Amino acid sequence: MLNMNVDEVLTDAEAAVRGAVDGGGLERVRVRYLGRKGEVTALLKGLGKLTPEERPQAGAAINAAKRRLRALIAERKDQIAADQLAAALAEDAVDVTLPGRRPSSGGLHPVTQTIARVEDIFIGAGYDAVAGLEVEDDYHNFEALNIPPYHPARSMHDTFYFGDGTLLRTHTSPAQVHVMERQEPPIRVICPGRVYRRESDLSHTPMFHQIEGLVIDRDISFAHLKGTVTAFTRQFFERDLELRFRPSYFPFTEPSAEVDVQCVKCWGRGCRVCSHTGWLEIMGCGLVHPNALQLSGIDPEVWSGFAFGMGGDRLTMLLHEVNDCRLFFENDLRFLEQFR
Amino acid sequence: MKFSEAWLREWVDPDIDCQTLLDQLTMAGLEVEIVESVAPPLPNVVVGRIEVCDGHPGGGHLSICQVADGAGSRQIVCGAPNARAGLLSALALPGSELPGGITVKEAQIRGVASAGMLCSAAELGLGDDAAGILELDGGTCGTALAETLALDDVSIEVKLTPNRGDCLSLRGLAREVGVLNGLPVRHQDSPPTAAETEAAFPVTLADPTGCPRYLGRVIKGIDLSAQAPLWMKERLRRCGLRSINAVVDVTNYVMLELGQPMHAFDLNALSKRIIVRRADRGETLKMLDGRPISLGSSDLVIADEAGPVAIAGVMGGERSGVQATTQDVFLECAWFDPLTVAETARRFGLHTDASHRYERGVDHQLQRKATERATALLLAITGGRAGPVEEALVAECLPSAAVVSLRQRRLHQLAGMAMDADEVDALLARLDFHLRDRRETDDDGVVWTIAAPSHRFDIGIEADLVEEVCRIHGYDNIPSQTPKAALHPRHKPLEQSGERELKAQLAALGFQEVITYSFVDPARQALLDPGGEVLALANPMSSDQSVMRANLLPGLVESLRFNQNRQQRRAQLFELGLCFRPAQRSAEPRNEGPGQPLDQVLLLGGLMWGERAPESWHGEPVAADFFDLKGAIERLLEWTGAKNPKFAPSNDPVLHPGQQASLLSEGRPIGRIGRLHPRIESKLELASGVLVFEVEGDAALSRPLRRFVEIPNTPRARRDLALLVDESVTADSVRETLSKALGATLRDLTLFDVYRSKHIDSNKKSLAVGLTFQGASSTLTDQDIAVWMSRGIEALQSELGAQLR
Repeated sequence: MLNMNVDEVLTDAEAAVRGAVDGGGLERVRVRYLGRKGEVTALLKGLGKLTPEERPQAGAAINAAKRRLRALIAERKDQIAADQLAAALAEDAVDVTLPGRRPSSGGLHPVTQTIARVEDIFIGAGYDAVAGLEVEDDYHNFEALNIPPYHPARSMHDTFYFGDGTLLRTHTSPAQVHVMERQEPPIRVICPGRVYRRESDLSHTPMFHQIEGLVIDRDISFAHLKGTVTAFTRQFFERDLELRFRPSYFPFTEPSAEVDVQCVKCWGRGCRVCSHTGWLEIMGCGLVHPNALQLSGIDPEVWSGFAFGMGGDRLTMLLHEVNDCRLFFENDLRFLEQFR
Repeated sequence: MKFSEAWLREWVDPDIDCQTLLDQLTMAGLEVEIVESVAPPLPNVVVGRIEVCDGHPGGGHLSICQVADGAGSRQIVCGAPNARAGLLSALALPGSELPGGITVKEAQIRGVASAGMLCSAAELGLGDDAAGILELDGGTCGTALAETLALDDVSIEVKLTPNRGDCLSLRGLAREVGVLNGLPVRHQDSPPTAAETEAAFPVTLADPTGCPRYLGRVIKGIDLSAQAPLWMKERLRRCGLRSINAVVDVTNYVMLELGQPMHAFDLNALSKRIIVRRADRGETLKMLDGRPISLGSSDLVIADEAGPVAIAGVMGGERSGVQATTQDVFLECAWFDPLTVAETARRFGLHTDASHRYERGVDHQLQRKATERATALLLAITGGRAGPVEEALVAECLPSAAVVSLRQRRLHQLAGMAMDADEVDALLARLDFHLRDRRETDDDGVVWTIAAPSHRFDIGIEADLVEEVCRIHGYDNIPSQTPKAALHPRHKPLEQSGERELKAQLAALGFQEVITYSFVDPARQALLDPGGEVLALANPMSSDQSVMRANLLPGLVESLRFNQNRQQRRAQLFELGLCFRPAQRSAEPRNEGPGQPLDQVLLLGGLMWGERAPESWHGEPVAADFFDLKGAIERLLEWTGAKNPKFAPSNDPVLHPGQQASLLSEGRPIGRIGRLHPRIESKLELASGVLVFEVEGDAALSRPLRRFVEIPNTPRARRDLALLVDESVTADSVRETLSKALGATLRDLTLFDVYRSKHIDSNKKSLAVGLTFQGASSTLTDQDIAVWMSRGIEALQSELGAQLR
């Protein structure tokens, strides 16, 4: 009789637990069966009415039912929590393919990046980077570099002048003159910056960037120049390119050379970039002319040096395959943003 | 310098193919720039002789020619005025395709059959002479024209550096190729022409430094209706010169062959004698090209008794020029001082083939040889009687041969490799350097002393010989090494950042770097720098790039306009660069120490325009305003570590009067920020709402060392205040009043609301301020904080008339 009651209550209670859908409902089920006035508690209270023989068995049955019910409630509670979390997570789900909220981003001009790359390579080899001024006097731009007035080499530099005889530097070499004037050898500097020439066509802009290097020490030789330029060029392009040194002429170096590198586009097979020659002209260089050393107060019998100069814009064009130098100064964001 | 390969090979013919020759020239420093065939392929064009030439019955200028083609005779109708019996010309057979696109066919021309075409030089792509059909000097009928004219040849253009004036001739190029290949050069001299007349014209050297040697020769009775032979015209053409008349062609030919410019005067246009002198200031001369020139006292001229007739070494004048009717000529062959010619040519912008050579240096031993060569060539074409060669010479004013020593030890040191004395001996000899002395020394090894040949103007010091030896030895044969140096740790400024770090910071703040021209449009500059002093270029390339920028705004707004016109909806740009002002300068060379002179200062500038963030699904686009830019600049100043930075109201006419501030650091102005004045925006055709800033480079690059400040362990407490203040009370004054009253206990202060409403007085605003208190060493109690709060409120009330809301 009593056992039957226990079974019935348990069956009802199990159904009620399963039917609870949230924490509150489950608590109400717990109170209804296991609370102080709950149905299972009432069964325990009814034990007194049984005979002493019946009591142990009936008590054991009720306690078993009670344990079972507690376990069911705990299990259901976990289940409900898990369901609720899952629902909440489902609610939070986003379309991960929607674009993100981006902080405004800027970037550096590609020529700035090239100059930084060149500087880093040389700074790593013990050079100092030196900036110079852009309005120069005739002395520092020409005469100190062994280019007297009416020297034919002046026609290689179409110069912008100001009324008072000063001018816009046509190369970064004056920065080197200033270094030689104020610093005792040994000297190892790299001088990047803007330079100006009166030229404007498909392949010239009246302002462009040059990067010059200068080394002065005891026993500096043409072999050192070749080694330095070759190592730099290979590092810059991160490729094992062939170089050739052609005799050339700059008034402030002697011997002088023009450096060609194997075309970075076609590996020297010949293409539009290298005008089908397989070679690209990338810099001029040479041993510093004894007159240029002497003019800046350095004794050419004690010291010798080399200098080299290359185009920052041209290197950028070769590295990034830019095909028009005028793009560098239009500042079209659609161009600049490609190099962020 | 442009020349023909075949002509060069007449002088020196190394056993190498054309490409090897070109590579050899380039690698010797004579950079080959252009190589082109001297003629298009002409497969069906042969030599033909006009046997009979009759008028066309249809009249006009047409003639009917019977032309021998080697196999027989064919009838050809020809319209050329010079068609005549006996003439050897170019015959294009039917089926020929001529370079102009004409396909030659058998045809009826005005009813007469024509089986081919007689061609002009222009029709064959051999120059621009279209006046008549080609007149050949010789040849066999039926032979391919290409063979007869040796058209299997290339024109080679080498880019010569200014030191290699000695290579501006076939003779010089041949000498170079001879040196490179160890071959002798076959010189093509003409024997002297004996005088057939006593006719001479006196020459006076009034300025022997400008002109120490002047050879003149009269040639009488020339026939200028005679033309230079085709072989000469062809050589001129292959070297890039046009045929003019026999006299000019001959002087040009000699110039190409020997490198000696010459000039011919019409003898009968000259008055009494030649004087080579400096011009008088104000003298004028009408040039051959019709241009009048006003001469200065440094210009060297050739004058006669009536005045200047030519600018020495540059160009002749119109009055004495050779005309079609000229019968007697006076040939000039001189040596002029390079600098004198250069200065004059530069000043008048007269860059001629002659000045190009004189500027770079002409061999001063060449004049007699050139005169004889020209005489012989001219007489062969035009006939005439030559007078004696008259030479005016002031020998002591000729350049003296440089005598230079080369030390073997120095050569090794500068080249970076050892070179055998034997090899140096051989190289110096091949280069025509005259060995004056050779001795073995203990310190320097062999010391050579040489005299430079008269054609080399670029040999003056030992380094010049080092270069020559390295060049001929081959730069490729010099090893590659990297220099060795001591490893000194480098100086790294402690309280200064580099330009790269600053730029990276700007980029991180969302700004894109631009690089704009340093020269700008003066009108735009005047608008963006009203009343500022302008540094103007004396020779700008264009009026919109004629003044140096005084600040960065002209370039920045131009970049913005460029992008606005290309449908950009937002832009944040910056530039770091020098800006310029005119300065008082002395003529003395500057030798400034560290730091910049005031006339070129580094500025950092930038602008912000358009939507605050790129368009997205996160909400409506909002236009960036003053506080967007200000926030970025606040962050930048935080990074630079500017001391006590302030945004002070300012009165900059370029900026919006109500949205601008001057940037101060320790009370010193270091920059500005604000919205561009709407009037300027519209004048510059900019979309509105352009925010700009500029900061001095020095201020932006200083970055004081950060020093650690102890972090208090006591808890913080925050209290909020709502204040009602007059519109004129600034946020900064609230901040300053509270900091002054509360000192360091006020750890932080946040302004979190500014509120205006019809519910409060119209000239008042409500400010909500959050105050964070923190004791330095002990915890503040509620009572402590209440005391601090009332102290703060009192200060606000008494100093700013603030009311609590």
